[in-house]
Amino acid sequence: MTVTRRYRFSASHRLHSPALSEEANRAVYGKCNNPLGHGHDYVLEVSVCGPVDEVTGRVVDPARLDRLVRERVLAALDHRNLNAETTEFAAAPPTSENLLRLVWRRLQDGWSEAFPPDRRLRRVRLRETRRNIFEIMEEEQE
Amino acid sequence: MRITRRAEFSASHFCRRADWSDEQNRAVYGEAANPLGHGHNWVVEVTLEGEPDPVTGMVFDLKALKEILHQEIVEAMDHRFLNYEVPPFDRVAPTAENVAREIWRRLEPRVRGPQRRLCAVRVYETEDYFVDCEEAPA
Repeated sequence: MTVTRRYRFSASHRLHSPALSEEANRAVYGKCNNPLGHGHDYVLEVSVCGPVDEVTGRVVDPARLDRLVRERVLAALDHRNLNAETTEFAAAPPTSENLLRLVWRRLQDGWSEAFPPDRRLRRVRLRETRRNIFEIMEEEQE
Repeated sequence: MRITRRAEFSASHFCRRADWSDEQNRAVYGEAANPLGHGHNWVVEVTLEGEPDPVTGMVFDLKALKEILHQEIVEAMDHRFLNYEVPPFDRVAPTAENVAREIWRRLEPRVRGPQRRLCAVRVYETEDYFVDCEEAPA
């Protein structure tokens, strides 16, 4: 059984790679390279899989998942400027692909403290806009 | 190929165990333990997997699926208090996980066929909280 919880955060970013020239950045990222940045209302889905605990009838305690996501992810990202306030994006451009990796890593770092080993982080899905959706699965982490 | 049909019902529930104290129930289920109950607009997505029939071009007749979902889910659960009115939730807590497993048990015998199988039952307890049951419950 898989349980999915949906969260929201709002953040600004500018897509810019230090490895590329100003001109190449404009060509690659287009409007997203605007020097002053822009923002999104991100929607984040976190999926946990595991057996149903027959005592509680649940796979996970949603309050515990909420706490992990809030402390490890939302506190660092919500109402932030991703380029300026997130160490991971000092060098790497804050694309949704990179953001998804960051979310995965941060959740994984706190996972064993929060959940027993048979409850696994299964999937993280990030909606940057209604039209742009990014997803990463457990098996891609091997 | 997979096909999905959605059904919706509104129902109240609470999550608590009769063999636990009020404190224990509050600690595990939080606000959902309120014994007077609360309600949700539940959304169920039922997915069947199979090969389209060579004559009809359909994996399953969606009119028939609509009727099955209506009988097994909507008529049974809509505008009900799950704990009091819909077995087995007088005995097991109607968590989203248990609601999904019960829906699987009700639907599976009615949709199985040589060319198709029940593939997934997704239950949204709220827009921001859902479970996927992808195998037959024990």
